[in-house]
Amino acid sequence: MEIVSQRARIQIDAVSTLPLYRSAPSLEVRLEDFELYAMDRLRVLKGISDGLSRGKKPEEMENLVRDLWKANMRHLDSSEVINKDIISHFVLRLVYCRTEDLRKWFLSMETALFRYRFRLEKSEAQRALMAEFDLPCKAVSSAEFENVSDKLNQVVRSIAPIAPTAPPTLTGDAIFYKVPFEEVPELIAGRRVYIHKGYAYVAMNQVVSLVVTQFRSILSKALILTNRKWTSTIREQEKDRLTPIVEALCTSYLGPDYSQPKEFGEISVKDLDQISKSSFPLCMRHLFDKLREDHHLKHGGRMQLGLFLKGVGLKLEDALAFWKAEFSQKVGAERFDKEYAYSIRHNYGREGKRTDYTPYSCQKIISLTPGVGDHHGCPYRHFSDENLRAALDRMGVGSRAVEDVMDKVRNRHYQLACTLTFEAVHNSQCDAGINHPNQYFSDSQKILQSKNNAAA
Amino acid sequence: MTIEEAANGRDDMLIDGPDRTNSIPDGFNANYLKVYYGRLFPHVDMFKWMCYGNDGKHPACDKSYFGRREFSFTLDNDIYLRFQSFSSASELENSIRDKCPFKIDIGPVYSVDPAKRHAYAQGGDNVFAPVERELVFDIDITDYDDVRYCCSGADVCLECWPLMTVAIKVIDTALRDDFGFNHILWVYSGRRGVHCWVCDGKARRLTNEQRGAIADYFRVYKGNENSNKNVSLTDHLHPFLERSYTEVLSTFFEGNLLSSQNILSTEERYEKILSMIPHESVTTELRGKWQGRSSNSKEDINVHRWGQLKHLLQSRKQKAQWLRRCVKEIVFTFTYPRLDMEVSKHMNHLLKAPFCVHPKTGRVCIPIDPETCEEFDPTEVPTLSGLLQELNTGGFGADVDDEWDKTSLGKSVRFFRSSFLQPLLKSCKEEMETSYNAKVQQTKNNLSW
Repeated sequence: MEIVSQRARIQIDAVSTLPLYRSAPSLEVRLEDFELYAMDRLRVLKGISDGLSRGKKPEEMENLVRDLWKANMRHLDSSEVINKDIISHFVLRLVYCRTEDLRKWFLSMETALFRYRFRLEKSEAQRALMAEFDLPCKAVSSAEFENVSDKLNQVVRSIAPIAPTAPPTLTGDAIFYKVPFEEVPELIAGRRVYIHKGYAYVAMNQVVSLVVTQFRSILSKALILTNRKWTSTIREQEKDRLTPIVEALCTSYLGPDYSQPKEFGEISVKDLDQISKSSFPLCMRHLFDKLREDHHLKHGGRMQLGLFLKGVGLKLEDALAFWKAEFSQKVGAERFDKEYAYSIRHNYGREGKRTDYTPYSCQKIISLTPGVGDHHGCPYRHFSDENLRAALDRMGVGSRAVEDVMDKVRNRHYQLACTLTFEAVHNSQCDAGINHPNQYFSDSQKILQSKNNAAA
Repeated sequence: MTIEEAANGRDDMLIDGPDRTNSIPDGFNANYLKVYYGRLFPHVDMFKWMCYGNDGKHPACDKSYFGRREFSFTLDNDIYLRFQSFSSASELENSIRDKCPFKIDIGPVYSVDPAKRHAYAQGGDNVFAPVERELVFDIDITDYDDVRYCCSGADVCLECWPLMTVAIKVIDTALRDDFGFNHILWVYSGRRGVHCWVCDGKARRLTNEQRGAIADYFRVYKGNENSNKNVSLTDHLHPFLERSYTEVLSTFFEGNLLSSQNILSTEERYEKILSMIPHESVTTELRGKWQGRSSNSKEDINVHRWGQLKHLLQSRKQKAQWLRRCVKEIVFTFTYPRLDMEVSKHMNHLLKAPFCVHPKTGRVCIPIDPETCEEFDPTEVPTLSGLLQELNTGGFGADVDDEWDKTSLGKSVRFFRSSFLQPLLKSCKEEMETSYNAKVQQTKNNLSW
């Protein structure tokens, strides 16, 4: 690889090995490196995505990221390592800037990658990185610290892991930063900081969250700009060279999004009961059964089941008829037309923004937080032991298989638990694992069809 | 809440028209509503509020601001009109009078006029997006059905309404003291809950992610009938939860809810509480004390039993922290605010405007003063028919401005103005001034350089 400009590289080396990807490097890249580097980075991001969807803890993620990075991002020439890092990042920016869903995925994976790489840095390097971002924070003075130390201690105790030893107490030399609460949303969400009059008191070991928020917001804006450039110029300019590579890269890894039912054509309302028993994953079957039972589902459930059914092949007209048949028993047909029909048409892209929404993936479903009266989410994650066992029993999972499933659940391998359920119910292997409810459905249908054919 | 609260119940009763008779039959209908929008609804105040000072003469005013706000109307013939926008106070007022919506919802301020969104959508650049929106909360008493025994569903009475009062106190204090917000409006939703509008500039510009974080900060109640535990606390509480517990929840639970909802009076009810204590010897002992006997002391049976439970869980014998934690978990389960999270998390969620009339109850969605929220009585709020009655007996002509001032709605509109609108507009003006001066200063510096 030929380096056109040395300047960018030297600057980055001086700070740390973790670049902020502020501007695209002026390097010349060989076409095959362009693709290979990007593939390597994609393997890392895909690994992170899998880890997150299994609900791995931060420490486990840290190890995972370290290993993934080592396995994929090395380069024979050690001076090329950082260039590979930067180049692959910018190539993937092009790949993943093109739709909102792609941007969202890339943004969360790159942010996670940055977070754990930051955590792996030494503290001087961390401070240097903090300095490089223009962070809106100032250190808390010792006088102010005295005033709020009671509260800060209270927070420390509240987030301390349950341990037999006495909870830690802060000493006067503890470093805290005072930042507008908007800058540290994840610390606010977890009640991991004390906030007063709009300011969060962030401990030194929490600054990663501050840096990550900053990183995320810069990258998010950059992706929008990249998208504009892509649609206005690059796509056309590069139509014989980079465009085919870029377009192939994202589909090769993200898998289908199941927004368009392909394999099994249309499904009609009268088939639903039967296929819900034979081919719905537990999360959808639970929603479906609850809907039949209560003639109602709250918003989260309507979205999760509604989009799944769209992916399964239920047409808009049929979907309206199906939901209406249930809801009208509870709220009346008139109220259904008035209050609920809109959102169903909306899911099919016929209202509002007119986006054709994609069915939820396992990762998305696992990350949901169902509340009172809700039935959506991933049963393997959100059900109690007892309820999950009962539900598996109803699916016809044998008692030995149930124990295997519960074992995966205890280790927070929710998708593996679902895969085992699939295998038990269908009495057949599922090597690819379950990543999407609609994939569960289509794999199930394939098996049932081949069994039917064999029987015929 | 969004659409779910819109009602379908209309009494199509035949009346002579409100102006000709002195006695107005109870109920709700389009004719009543027309009079209400024509003579009582505070159109100008709503306009002033939604302008946030941008209707003034200051050079920093954004003239397009109000026109980019989405309103949505639900009409009496079940037609749902989204993406309505207006360029002036009179346009808003005329449209409301003309269309006579059964419900008015307020949406976000978009990047462009929402009525013209399709024209912009052609660009494909996604320029049509929400840019500002009040931080809103929706608390609905139906979400408390598993912990209230007096009513269920849409019903609400004076026994369970205090749960809403508690919610207001907890959330309002945190919004002010923790998050530093000042311009907060609480509104009765007209039937079974309350809405909260946080209107500080900072709040209006929050991203979805930041809104989600605030909603999660308030989230204690997790899970549902599919999972076992609903409230799970740590041994030591975060300062916000600790404050809510000591200042509001525990006194309310022990001094009010315990007896008013008869939380420990019957076997079925105390078993529910016992199921929240994960320690068999404790539950067996309590069950032994409670089974088959009604207390013969004069003390309220619920208070008596709660005392026994607390004594046992907090006694010296029970060293384990998690057993003591149980008491708090029970109190949180029964009293801590249950927010409809989705409403708060996204900028583009619609929320019913204050001063609408709820079609089912005929009650006006009036503001609630958080300072004195325990005095608020949902059964006493002005109703549509009551207000028309007052107009009739008042005998003043339709040409008088501020007719509402002579009715029971007057108190609410005055409160809206003095406690919410005026301080809000004052700070909008200051904010505008500051940012304008900063800009001027910057240009000056640029020039001199």
